[in-house]
Amino acid sequence: MAQIFRRRANTIARAVVVAIVLLPAAAMTIGGVVARSPYYTGAGLAPEQPVPFSHQHHVSDLGIDCRYCHTSVEVSSSAGIPPTETCMSCHSQIWTEQEMLEPVRQSLKTNQPLIWQRVNRLPEFVYFNHSIHIDRGVPCSHCHGPVDEMPLTYQAVDLHMAWCLECHRDPAQYIRPREEVFNLDYLPPPDADALGRRLVEEYNIHVEQLTDCYICHR
Amino acid sequence: MPSLKHFDPAKPSAASLDVAGIREKLAASPGPALWKSLDELADTPEFRAFLDHEFPRLGALWEMPLDRRRFFQLMGASMALAGVSGCQRYPAEDIVPYVEQPELVVPGEPLYFATAVEYHGFAQGVLGESHMGRPTRLEGNPEHPATLGALDTFGQASILDLWDPGRAEAVTLDNRISTYDRFLAELGERRGPMLATQGEGLAILTGSFTSPSLYRQLEFLRERLFPRLRWYQHDPVGREAIYEGAELAFGEPVETRCRVDRADVIVSLDSDFLDHGPFRLRYARQFAARREIDADNPQMNRLYVLESSPSITGASADHRLALPAPSVEAAARHLASRLELDVETVGLPAGLEEHWLTALVADLQEHRGRSLVLAGDHQPPAVHALVHAINHALGNIGETVEYSEPVAFRGAPLAALAAAIQAGEVDTLLILDSNVAYTAPADLTMDGLLEAVPFTAYLGTHPDETAGHCRWHIPMAHPLESWGDCRALDGTVTVRQPLIAPLYGGRTAHELLAVLMGEYQMNDREIVYRYWRARFRADQRDGDFEAFWVRTLHDGVMPDSRLPARSVILRSDWASRLPAPAVTTPGVVLQFRPDPAVWDGRFAGNAWLQELPRPLTKQVWGNAALIAPATAERLNLEDRQVVEIRNQGFIQRWPLWILPGMPDGVVTLNLGYGRIHAGEVGSHVGINAYRLRTHAYPWAVGGVELHPTENFETLVSTQHHHSMEGREPVRRTTLEKLREGEAVEQHHPEHSLYPEYEYPDYKWGMVINLNTCIGCNACITACQAENNIPVVGPEEVARGHEMHWLRVDRYYEGDLDEPDTHFQPVPCMHCEKAPCEYVCPVEATLHDSEGLNQMVYNRCVGTRYCSQNCPYKVRRFNWFHYTEDDHTPDPVYNPDVTVRSRGVMEKCTYCVQRISRARIQAKTEGRKIQDGEVVTACQSACPTRAIAFGDLNDPDSAVAALQGHPLQYSLLAELNTRPRTTFLASVRNPNPRLEEGEG
Repeated sequence: MAQIFRRRANTIARAVVVAIVLLPAAAMTIGGVVARSPYYTGAGLAPEQPVPFSHQHHVSDLGIDCRYCHTSVEVSSSAGIPPTETCMSCHSQIWTEQEMLEPVRQSLKTNQPLIWQRVNRLPEFVYFNHSIHIDRGVPCSHCHGPVDEMPLTYQAVDLHMAWCLECHRDPAQYIRPREEVFNLDYLPPPDADALGRRLVEEYNIHVEQLTDCYICHR
Repeated sequence: MPSLKHFDPAKPSAASLDVAGIREKLAASPGPALWKSLDELADTPEFRAFLDHEFPRLGALWEMPLDRRRFFQLMGASMALAGVSGCQRYPAEDIVPYVEQPELVVPGEPLYFATAVEYHGFAQGVLGESHMGRPTRLEGNPEHPATLGALDTFGQASILDLWDPGRAEAVTLDNRISTYDRFLAELGERRGPMLATQGEGLAILTGSFTSPSLYRQLEFLRERLFPRLRWYQHDPVGREAIYEGAELAFGEPVETRCRVDRADVIVSLDSDFLDHGPFRLRYARQFAARREIDADNPQMNRLYVLESSPSITGASADHRLALPAPSVEAAARHLASRLELDVETVGLPAGLEEHWLTALVADLQEHRGRSLVLAGDHQPPAVHALVHAINHALGNIGETVEYSEPVAFRGAPLAALAAAIQAGEVDTLLILDSNVAYTAPADLTMDGLLEAVPFTAYLGTHPDETAGHCRWHIPMAHPLESWGDCRALDGTVTVRQPLIAPLYGGRTAHELLAVLMGEYQMNDREIVYRYWRARFRADQRDGDFEAFWVRTLHDGVMPDSRLPARSVILRSDWASRLPAPAVTTPGVVLQFRPDPAVWDGRFAGNAWLQELPRPLTKQVWGNAALIAPATAERLNLEDRQVVEIRNQGFIQRWPLWILPGMPDGVVTLNLGYGRIHAGEVGSHVGINAYRLRTHAYPWAVGGVELHPTENFETLVSTQHHHSMEGREPVRRTTLEKLREGEAVEQHHPEHSLYPEYEYPDYKWGMVINLNTCIGCNACITACQAENNIPVVGPEEVARGHEMHWLRVDRYYEGDLDEPDTHFQPVPCMHCEKAPCEYVCPVEATLHDSEGLNQMVYNRCVGTRYCSQNCPYKVRRFNWFHYTEDDHTPDPVYNPDVTVRSRGVMEKCTYCVQRISRARIQAKTEGRKIQDGEVVTACQSACPTRAIAFGDLNDPDSAVAALQGHPLQYSLLAELNTRPRTTFLASVRNPNPRLEEGEG
């Protein structure tokens, strides 16, 4: 009877066996790397905005408080993006001829809103609430990064659920006294750990509840 | 995805029912049995097959012919694609802030505005929720006398109408797009000559309304400009008989309003007062207030219902009697004569027995001044007059019944308009929001007559049947887009304010009448505002009008606008003014009723309402001819069989629906279906009963013939879906047993193999009172609106795939012809030992620290094990991408709740978004959540407050107070699931005299 398989069929068979193991493993590894890469999470990326707004300049150089523009951050789920009016409260007086600010002036003139690109995105099944985080002493910079050093605003962290859970499982490491939440130059005291635990107690944070799915997903 | 609507009703029905066999079975069964439907009693093989599958007809899900090889190809491809589809970057997202941020708007926080939706033209006060200018939801206004904070299905669903993509978007002339300016020009041309002839040939047709400013405009037109203007009014479910009845009794058309809470004994003569009428929510609340059982001192009212077609009022009755509509008058005459009123009587109608009447009369006489007799809106004026006299004789006037000046305005009837058009007396006709081409009785042939008028202009929200027959169609602004005013039954004025600018440049009736007045630029706000400013001055009210106006808008009710009760005098000759007692005609009686879900047809295009299971039939997406089991037996007709109905020369084919509790010899047809221009959702659904209706007999007509045909039709109903087989889900008892200290049986197994949970903070729980639940469905629609629940269409409902998180089960007890009816709302039980939690392979459903049974959509992979293991059958699976395909306009979605995708399980969450909101609020304020702070959507809508929700850890909470109530029980407690949602058993309060008589 004639040979059905040629000699090289052995090699192919071995290669296939190895590939069955390695290929999915490689695919999963590559997938995992991609899913964690800034390309996918958007971390470190600054989307192009209609006006190249610099937080560095406004916060660091001028000393404007976060809440001057993000007015609802203490009372609502949404921190709020300032209306054109807010920009123009200063820019009707200073830098009035600046080319870069033309879209802002146009917006006020034509009553058409500025359209910004969202920097920090969460999936739609996640319900994040700013007010409660601020109230429990989670500093802005913990999620938004060193905003005062950002000439163009970028996403500071990957915003993966695993990252959220780091704090939701052990908030003591991250929280500050309420009055320090907006302070971007805050330096943790030497007894940071003890302070964190004390604050968890004082702010009545029920850590066991923070990992309930319904806290964020509904 | 199956199409939303195109259900093929021509499929032949499989089972035929043996009514006589069922009767024998029922008689032979020991004790009172609970049953859901005739099919269940007959126990047909089809019924068994349906029950055996948790999701019926799963096998039929894929009805495409497909061989094995092709199947595997598709499966392989979809497996590969499923992996890839997970890999996508987040799409770029825009943020659009305001240019100038309006005062009060906080991004992410809703605002509430008090306004009203109309029902029969009467105000139903609502609070509209607005998310940055986008109205998403309506709830009752607690300060409004008609809603008292609750809201019915129509009110809830009207938000969907606002966003309906099928609304009229442009002015049309002869069905072609035109402009409003051209309309104004043409009307302006006609106006000149009309002024010269004092408005000869000018007619206006409206629906029911109570708007004082609109009436003032009409008056102005008639008094100052067009004395010959004729005003007609048409409401297919009108309340004309009520005013005519008052005229018979008192000589004036007074408005009648009741204090149901003051009545110990209530007798309804075909009055569905819990479900019909402008004060139905208020009456339901008052009725239920007397059915909340105090454990220490059990007391409740007693309700007798004589009705011609099963209603939810009849389902709440302690004694119910089914009578054909024409026999109700005979019964009323007997009742009056027993109370020593001098009225002519004919023989006792069949079905009304001597001892029953005697017991009823004795009960009424024992409760003089504390009883209440009500007449149905669709009963003739004579019955209303008789009821006024009976209440008078019982000393109820001023106690349980009050009268006031009329609130609604009344124009000439539609028949007069038809006659005028036929006589060529109308050349200019303005139709203001009345779909008359569809709702007119068949014998008036209004559609044809409209074509005969040279100039017709129709103001309506949708391009409907009437729009097609009119020269001009002007899109109308939705009530949530426009200014207006309306009154509640007691006269309380609500100034309607818009929540959003008109989406399609709609106009209002006010604006159109202003055009006739020559004020082309006047807008609706200005008209309403000026009217009330003038009234404010004329009434010599104190203070500043601006402050008064702002307060009226803010509260949703105008201060001191309620009409005082006034005294009336029963005419001494009232009895002789009654028309002679009707003679019963041979043949079948044909009755018409507004549909519980689509009403007179105006809601036919509303998908939420189309898919709302009707309270008694549980039918969806259609209607049928309802007949009694006895009639079917006698005439040898079968369930789902198509019959030809012949009424005064009008002939139509209808499928039959055998409905227990129907009186014998009667066919009831629900109005509102068979529309041809009701958009994608409502067109060609069901059968148009208006085509059998005549203007002389709008509600009931005798001498109708039924001719059976060979055909059967499949009708879609949810009555067997999610069945909890034979486990006595509804517990019921009687007041007497309760007084003797007999509690509802409880058997909680004490031990469980599963670990106990601890709840340091809150422990949420719900108690549903079956004794006050009237089965009105408001909770279902509220849940649908709050929780972004998709609509799946009739094909999917037929497969048992409806998505409602909350269902209301209807059970019958006892006799086939006169069953006792019970309703049971079933949401998720949030079991302490939840069977669903242990079987989920991916932990997508699990217990949280407050006792909620969480459902995590983003973890769910769709194994459906949880649903399989749920004994209550409260879980729903997204078989298709319903939320994308159901035509729900995006803006109506609640931004606080995830819109679920295909392949995901979902269920009631106890409105966790509301708990979350309250929790965050309380935490930032450094306190605990107060009792009553978290109100679930179903609870807020419930007119009878049958649903209590709160923290079981708080001993002072309303739910905690109900724990251990003698009526409390858990559903399927023997399974040891320890449900968080518990029930209070239903209690009946039968008349002891009748108990003996029947015993």
